[in-house]
Amino acid sequence: MIEVKNLTHRYGDRVALSNVSFEVKKGEIFGLLGPNGGGKSTLFRILSTMMVPASGAAVIAGHDVEREPAAVRRSVGVVFQTQSLDKALTVEENLRAQGHLHGLSGADLRDRMERAMERLGLADRRKDLVETLSGGLRRRVEIAKALLHRPQVLLMDEASSGLDPAARRDLSRHVESLRENDGVTILLTTHILEEAGRCDRLILLHQGSIVAHGTPAELRARIGGDVVVLEVADTQAMAAAIEQRFHVHPSVMDGQLRVEIKDGHRFITEVVEAFPGSIDSVGLHKPTLEDVFVHETGASIA
Amino acid sequence: MRSFFLPAATLWQRELVRFWRQKSRVLGVVASPLVFWLLIGYGSNDLGRFYSGALVLTVMFSAIFSTISIIEDRREGFLLSMLVSPAPRTSMVLGKILGSATLAWIQGLIFLAFAPLAGVSIHPLDLIPIAAAIFLISFTLTGLGFVIAWRMESTAGFHAIMNLLLVPMWMVSGSLFPMATAHGVIRAIMWINPLTYSITLLNGLLGLPNANPGAFVSTIVTAAFGLVLLLISGFMATQKSTKSAA
Repeated sequence: MIEVKNLTHRYGDRVALSNVSFEVKKGEIFGLLGPNGGGKSTLFRILSTMMVPASGAAVIAGHDVEREPAAVRRSVGVVFQTQSLDKALTVEENLRAQGHLHGLSGADLRDRMERAMERLGLADRRKDLVETLSGGLRRRVEIAKALLHRPQVLLMDEASSGLDPAARRDLSRHVESLRENDGVTILLTTHILEEAGRCDRLILLHQGSIVAHGTPAELRARIGGDVVVLEVADTQAMAAAIEQRFHVHPSVMDGQLRVEIKDGHRFITEVVEAFPGSIDSVGLHKPTLEDVFVHETGASIA
Repeated sequence: MRSFFLPAATLWQRELVRFWRQKSRVLGVVASPLVFWLLIGYGSNDLGRFYSGALVLTVMFSAIFSTISIIEDRREGFLLSMLVSPAPRTSMVLGKILGSATLAWIQGLIFLAFAPLAGVSIHPLDLIPIAAAIFLISFTLTGLGFVIAWRMESTAGFHAIMNLLLVPMWMVSGSLFPMATAHGVIRAIMWINPLTYSITLLNGLLGLPNANPGAFVSTIVTAAFGLVLLLISGFMATQKSTKSAA
């Protein structure tokens, strides 16, 4: 449904995307995970036809984003990170204007607006000015708006950022139902691990390149074993001491030592006994997507 | 056809609805040229001479404030969804310009209500050509605002252009002094300044002095200027770019 081939983009001298290729199948929920400045937004802008790539190509629903932007725009619904609603208009007025932009009108448009508001639980807020709505509700209006023309593909840019956990769960429920009931293909960008974990497949973007791709489970499996996090006073000295004694390579991140190791529980007892008094706290967890990102790039997502 | 006019119409309507919901904007736009005009007019004991200029200033302020919203709309707002919709860009440009021009026109008409103070009495039948002329001027100045605002990234830059280009352009348009008595260089600038012809057009229709070169030439120049700006706007908005549209 989405095919990206060797996409490269520069802003002046700065390389924002470097030779990025991937494919999204019909009905997938596909995630782009990475820190701000990693290339997600650039990729999003190219796919949503807001700019053309410096080189490479992207094809959505059979249409090239550079050569057939109008056809792409008809097949794609876009949910922006910054809001694309007119705050001085009501929910209904925003939806109607969007319908008109897509050439919809009359009974057909009214019918679509009803369904979209019904589906996203906005029916009783239809006469409210957007500026009076909460962040979660506004995001739902954005989605209702993006779905009016019944797109095959939904592109969502950091759609859950700035939402509280309840609104975020609510949002992901709507996204899931779109895929289940309508077979909509969804591509979303995120830097929120929880959201990325719910995708069918994802790519990790760092400094404009794909550093890893696969299902969340596949990605986590890249780290064989557990992750042990140690808080110590002198991270450099301790890292060297652990490396010498246990033949593992701890990474230093945000004043902590991270060690990827099999049988982490055993390592914990050994390391605490080996350096009595010099470890302030110890933690063990199964690998998260954040760990995968650190593992691949040496940098953290946030 | 429908997919061209429907987006334009909806954008036009949007401008009007937004304006209606922020009625205080009217006060801001009409008040400063009005105060300005009354001060200079009474100060020089000649309200009539500055009337057309003040009316054009009202229209200009309104047109500029409406088009400045493009910059905010682009950053976080409605423009984003327009840009990724299949509606033709030219239809968006037309809708935006017509909408903003209509607002400028309404505010110009409000200013027209003060004409009796300038000693101008308007025959009801003359209202039609006068209103039409004010619309033409509104359309032209909105087009100018659009061309300036489209590629601009911050409203701060717009204010600089306002002070360095638009206000001086207004000052040498015959709004403050007539072309006939101006210094040679300034007279040449006035002659090529399209805004000069907006002033002469209004002076002519309102029966005020300094109406040369007459209604016909003034209308043609103003309309031609507006048309050129509309074409430039349409051209700019349909350019594909490797820089982001938003």
